[in-house]
Amino acid sequence: MRITQGTFSYLPDLTDPEIAAQLQYAVDQGWAVAVEFTDDPHPRNNLWEMWGLPMFDTADAAAHLAEVRACRDAYPDRYVRVSAYDASYGRQTTALSFIVHRPPVEPGFRLERQEASDRRIRYTLYSYATGHPHGQRYEQAAE
Amino acid sequence: MTGAATPPGFAMPLPGRPSPPEGPGQPGEEPFADDALVDLTAWQQQLAISDSLDRLNAELVGLAPVKTRVTEIAALLLVDRLRSRFGLTSSRPTLHMCFTGSPGTGKTTVATRMAEMLKGLGYLRRGHLVSATRDDLVGEYVGHTAPKTKGVLKRAMGGVLFIDEAYYLYRADSERDYGQEAIEILLQVMEAERDDLVVILAGYRDRMDAFFASNPGMASRIAHHIDFPDFTVDELVQIAELMVAQEHHRLSPAAHQAFREYLERRMAQPRFANARSVRNAIDRMRLRQANRLVASGALVGKDDLIRLEADDIRLSRVFAPDAARPPAAR
Repeated sequence: MRITQGTFSYLPDLTDPEIAAQLQYAVDQGWAVAVEFTDDPHPRNNLWEMWGLPMFDTADAAAHLAEVRACRDAYPDRYVRVSAYDASYGRQTTALSFIVHRPPVEPGFRLERQEASDRRIRYTLYSYATGHPHGQRYEQAAE
Repeated sequence: MTGAATPPGFAMPLPGRPSPPEGPGQPGEEPFADDALVDLTAWQQQLAISDSLDRLNAELVGLAPVKTRVTEIAALLLVDRLRSRFGLTSSRPTLHMCFTGSPGTGKTTVATRMAEMLKGLGYLRRGHLVSATRDDLVGEYVGHTAPKTKGVLKRAMGGVLFIDEAYYLYRADSERDYGQEAIEILLQVMEAERDDLVVILAGYRDRMDAFFASNPGMASRIAHHIDFPDFTVDELVQIAELMVAQEHHRLSPAAHQAFREYLERRMAQPRFANARSVRNAIDRMRLRQANRLVASGALVGKDDLIRLEADDIRLSRVFAPDAARPPAAR
């Protein structure tokens, strides 16, 4: 199941020139771009691991794209996203965030129903990938 | 960026970049037929290359070898673009350069112009100039150099990285120096990202030669070695006139002659730094002019404020009777 998180996630995967164009927009707005990766795709997992420090003072998206490629090469079986942080006063938050790389196979989620008192049902999501230890999740899913 | 393969609806103009030229009279991106003939002059004017070349020729005095090489590079990039329209693809030329020359011969100025011009030719997307010296590239402790150098390189992507006095990167006498590490990263990025980055090294001739002798990899990765010649007296006077005009001043005819004499004497002295010395001389002339006007106590008009007199330059130490011995500091 294809996960949909962040901007553009209902579109076909962006090509590198399209990613560069989006990042160039972020740079032109004065936002700092960071590359992050994870192998835990749960929608509530906001804190992905950082690929190096956020990039300040860059004028051209080529620099970011080089880091995106380096991260992809290092973790071909994980999710990679870029986020652009707007540091301007009054906003000070992530302004743009989108996935730029996915593992080859995405096993998706199972919906779990838990029966609680008074016939109430609690729902929760369980990611099949997280059944394996950290670092081995998508290798095995790909088999 | 918006190729023919992109589905309609996604071909949006990119913010911060010029939209592709369209409409009649503009060169579009459709390929030419094999037997088409192109008027290179008109093509050049459409791409606004001749403008930046003309500016380079008009605003920079002398520097004939530099201008020749810049014109050659511009012609190559122009022809390459034309070739691609005929479907003849060739690899992008490497444009890493090395500027050597005495102090004050315009290396930094030309580097800035080069960035603008390469942008005009469509070789660079941003055309900004990032100046770096040893301090910006080399770290202070183990593991500090690589992130520092990479950070500077990232800032320069899409533009020109200008490394002034590049030979300070390499210190042959110290084995524990991190300069070598910075050079290795630089070489690697110069090779891998040569589509997005132009590196210009600058420095004095003899020391650059020594630097390349100890770093042969660097010498071979730089395609253009451009030597900046020293200026002649006539060129220096011309430069002085340009500088004076920029400051909204004017040399009186007597001051003009005095300035030429000043330059002839100053050039014979040690530590003459070409255009930089001219700038310093003009700054001191403005000091003396201000002092003269204040001391005279007379009524002052606009013309008096603009005009620089011969006395403003003749009071210089260079004209002192004992000027034959080298001055302590200038």
